[in-house]
Amino acid sequence: MDTNLALLLLFAPFAGFLLNVFFGKKLGKGASGTLGTLAVATSFVVTLTFFLQVINTGKPVMVDLFEWLTLANFNVNFGFQLDQLSLLWLMFVTGIGTLIHVYSISYMHDDENMHKFFAYLNLFIFFMITLVIGSNLLIMFIGWEGVGLCSYLLIGFWYKNQDYNDAAKKAFIMNRIGDLGFLIGIFIIGYLFHSLDYTTIATALSSGAEVDATWLSIAALCLFIGACGKSAQLPLYTWLPDAMAGPTPVSALIHAATMVTAGIFMVTRMNFLFNLTPDVQTVIAVVGAITSLIAAAIGLVQNDIKKVLAYSTVSQLGLMFLALGLGAYEIAVFHVITHAFFKACLFLGSGSVIHALHGEQDMRNMGGLKGVMKITYITFLISTLAISGLPPFSGFFSKDEILMTAFHQNKVLWVIGSLASIMTAFYMFRLLYLTFYKDFRGTEEQKHHLHESPGLITFPLIVLAILALVGGVISLPGNSWLNHYLAPVLAKPAHHHELDGTAYMLMGIAVVGALIGIGVAYSKYIKQSAVPAQDSEITGFAKVLYNKFYVDEIYTAIIVNPIYAIGSFFRDVTEAAFSGFIFGLGKVANMLGSEGKTLQTGSIGFYLFAFVLGICSIVVYIFLAK
Amino acid sequence: MDISFVLIILLFGAAASYFVGDKWASKAALIFSTAAFAATAYLTYKYTGGASVSYIKTWVENPMIILGFQADSLSLTMLLLTTALTPIIILATFRNSINNSRTFYALILFMAFAMAGTFVSVDGFVYYIFWELSLIPIYFISLLWGNGDWESRKKAVVKFFIYTFAGSLFMLVAFIYLYQKGGNFLNTTLYRAILTDKEQFFIFLAFFLAYAIKIPIIPFHTWQANVYQKSPTAGTMLLSGIMLKMAIYSIIRWQLPIAPKPATEYMYVFVGLGIAGVIYGSILALKQTDIKKLLAYSSLAHVGLIAAGAYTLTLDGIRGAFLQMLAHGFVVVGLFYAAEIISRRYATGEISEMGGIRVQTPKFASMFMILVLASVAMPLTFNFIGEFELLYSMAQTHIWFAVIAGTTIILGAFYMLKMFQQVMLGEQNAKPFADVTFGEAFVFIAIIAVLIFFGIYPKPITEFITPELERLVRIINRFN
Repeated sequence: MDTNLALLLLFAPFAGFLLNVFFGKKLGKGASGTLGTLAVATSFVVTLTFFLQVINTGKPVMVDLFEWLTLANFNVNFGFQLDQLSLLWLMFVTGIGTLIHVYSISYMHDDENMHKFFAYLNLFIFFMITLVIGSNLLIMFIGWEGVGLCSYLLIGFWYKNQDYNDAAKKAFIMNRIGDLGFLIGIFIIGYLFHSLDYTTIATALSSGAEVDATWLSIAALCLFIGACGKSAQLPLYTWLPDAMAGPTPVSALIHAATMVTAGIFMVTRMNFLFNLTPDVQTVIAVVGAITSLIAAAIGLVQNDIKKVLAYSTVSQLGLMFLALGLGAYEIAVFHVITHAFFKACLFLGSGSVIHALHGEQDMRNMGGLKGVMKITYITFLISTLAISGLPPFSGFFSKDEILMTAFHQNKVLWVIGSLASIMTAFYMFRLLYLTFYKDFRGTEEQKHHLHESPGLITFPLIVLAILALVGGVISLPGNSWLNHYLAPVLAKPAHHHELDGTAYMLMGIAVVGALIGIGVAYSKYIKQSAVPAQDSEITGFAKVLYNKFYVDEIYTAIIVNPIYAIGSFFRDVTEAAFSGFIFGLGKVANMLGSEGKTLQTGSIGFYLFAFVLGICSIVVYIFLAK
Repeated sequence: MDISFVLIILLFGAAASYFVGDKWASKAALIFSTAAFAATAYLTYKYTGGASVSYIKTWVENPMIILGFQADSLSLTMLLLTTALTPIIILATFRNSINNSRTFYALILFMAFAMAGTFVSVDGFVYYIFWELSLIPIYFISLLWGNGDWESRKKAVVKFFIYTFAGSLFMLVAFIYLYQKGGNFLNTTLYRAILTDKEQFFIFLAFFLAYAIKIPIIPFHTWQANVYQKSPTAGTMLLSGIMLKMAIYSIIRWQLPIAPKPATEYMYVFVGLGIAGVIYGSILALKQTDIKKLLAYSSLAHVGLIAAGAYTLTLDGIRGAFLQMLAHGFVVVGLFYAAEIISRRYATGEISEMGGIRVQTPKFASMFMILVLASVAMPLTFNFIGEFELLYSMAQTHIWFAVIAGTTIILGAFYMLKMFQQVMLGEQNAKPFADVTFGEAFVFIAIIAVLIFFGIYPKPITEFITPELERLVRIINRFN
């Protein structure tokens, strides 16, 4: 029964994918969208049943289907592990997934390839489920590569535009750099443990099996490189902002709420491994903290509404990795969930705005939408307050926990995280003010057509805004349901911070910090009515920030161009040399031939003689050899 | 009915295709090649049931030459690959109008016959005859039905012929030398031949020359790109899909078990050469402007990885090489077919003149995309299974082997997606592009079905080949 349900959970979206690929066009847009949505909704309902079952029994559901890979020392099975962690992840993946499918029915309605859009979205959900429910690292890797593929297909959904295709290709290749790390990590783990199953590895490690500590650290580091690719951390983050080329629901679902959190899922899944490699944990914490700061800094000056949100996502993911590095897995997971709520809401809200402005994404051409788009505005405001970390919104609780943990373990990381949070409050309110306040700065034509989005778009916004508002209840300070719930999947018990004076002081600092960020934004964009300068007028450090520290240019200069240069060298020099060498051999043979020509007297008798002599010697040789 | 029956069908089919005349030649070739596949499938079925389907007869008493066609899981698998791909390749030619088509199809079947013979022969001398025999039809196919101007084509094809033929002569010398040690040419005898380290070294090297040129392993690859580009697509498919597998199969079947010591001693050199080919081929693929040349260099990278895996001498590496041979055979035929369809419709191989095709042909684009993904070893395709085992075997040998060879998943994605973007995506091409016909789609679907089925469920193949491979690996590692 469990097996069948698990298969239904997994294959409902896949069926949706197939049906939409083969019959989507014939079905028509409405039916195609409904079909895709129902497919995901089915998965959500099944997830919910499992979720409740696991809450009740506390026992994970294990499903083993068949042997997939056979290696000399171990096998890899197609198996699923539906436990606390995977079901929690599935809850928001399928839940938010369903909402975003609903949203897309309206958002993508004018696109001629709407059925393909839903097909890809369904396929994405299928692979995301695979990633989450696999019972070993290689099944996770299937999902890992699969969601990367769907990301590629959806970023490049409007494939007539080669810039979008470039962004899609970049996302795929950068992810593959991380994937190589992941693979190498898998190889080492397979070699060390003769298994890739989570439970087997965890048991081996907890029973104190003799494992080489250095190799264990290298394996953990390699897995983290994989996480850096998928979750857009330094130095592999540059694909995510470009990924905004995809339709906005894609940005919300894949590039904010679900796929990019896969790295956090993986590290949490393998927490028993990372616990034993403190050096790697330090690396994770530092990379996370620096990423969160740098991305937030870039976000300060971006003018494309989706780019701001993209850098914000990178920054928030950095905070989650900071928590992971500090060993606070349950807090990272908490922030993943609240972030999924408010960031999905923000992206969908921005989509609603873009929809109303017929594709306009530059905030310099927005403004004053508050009056016309009331629902979008209010939901956007709630989510902005949540991401800025103001109580009682969900983001406050999760972010505060991260900063509190950092404070207790490493003050420098705490300062970095806090700075990133202040910046977040600033750029988010900058975005809010520029988009919804003051007067509209677009064309008359656009102004004339301004409208609130239809119900299918505003409904998901409302649901997500409510979740962004109340999501914090799953892990209230001092009384955390989440910590209790996740305890069985974490090798070390969750951190407990007393609600003491320090805790309240830190909360106070965080709130004041956020208010400062908001205050600066208010004075600049409301009081002074400032509008960001045109591109050509940006100077100084702002220009460096605006151009994202020129990281893309640096990568092109030090990696991509040299590869092409080597390619030219190979093509023009070495290929010719190899060819020339062989040709040279041919020449030598030719020369020998010319010398030998003198033997060619033209006398048939001599030829015959040589021929017979040759045969005789071969025969004699063979006989003698016997 | 035994395994020689398959060879007879192919040979008879070659004759029949020639004699039924130009009009019916393609159909006759398709029927006979399909029959050969059916016969092989039936024999495999019988073999798994425990029946012996080998054919062994003494051919010449002195010197002792045995007409032996051994059916074991490895040769049967290669026979299945050959006879499965041959009808697909023939089907892929159906839309072309071919001059003197009866000769063309007769040559294709004759080549299939020679390659099949190479895979199943147990006598080194007979094996060598088949090995060289397969060169003759491909020489004429490439020369007479190829693309581009006659002079440069002739140069490329003749170079290929002489080059591979010369390399193979070293192998003949090795066999004759081995004969005096063992008393016959049977591979099982030769495995047991007692050879000094020095003898092993030279025999290994002689085999290596023959195989390195045919696979090709760098720096012996210079014939490849030009011949792949200038051959008719059917020729390129035969070369890349099946013929180069003769050499990889021979490494596993002949070279390593007969002379394993140098392989163990210089393992790092040979694995290194294979991996160097991965990087070298991938980077060169990035710079290609002709789609068939790009695929040729991509193939160079892939077979480099396969060879490197085989030379790790581990079960994982050798099994990975075997599986990847099969997967690569199918995917490369599919990719060259896609290239052929585009080149035929646009009458050019230049990538710069393509682009904007997807918008006109969603079906073709999807199938091409799936092949691209298989080629970059996306999980749930057969190619992932092979590549994973290969890279894992290298990780066991030395972690840096796996890291460097592993860049293939990055570079492969780079050049394949770049190619796909330039060829297929973008604003609609001014030149119209008709979507695939039923026959064309059938070829793609057959290939994709194989790749995905074994990507999800490779167990039937791994279970089939593993006992035999384990035996060979034991023989290969007998000195350790």
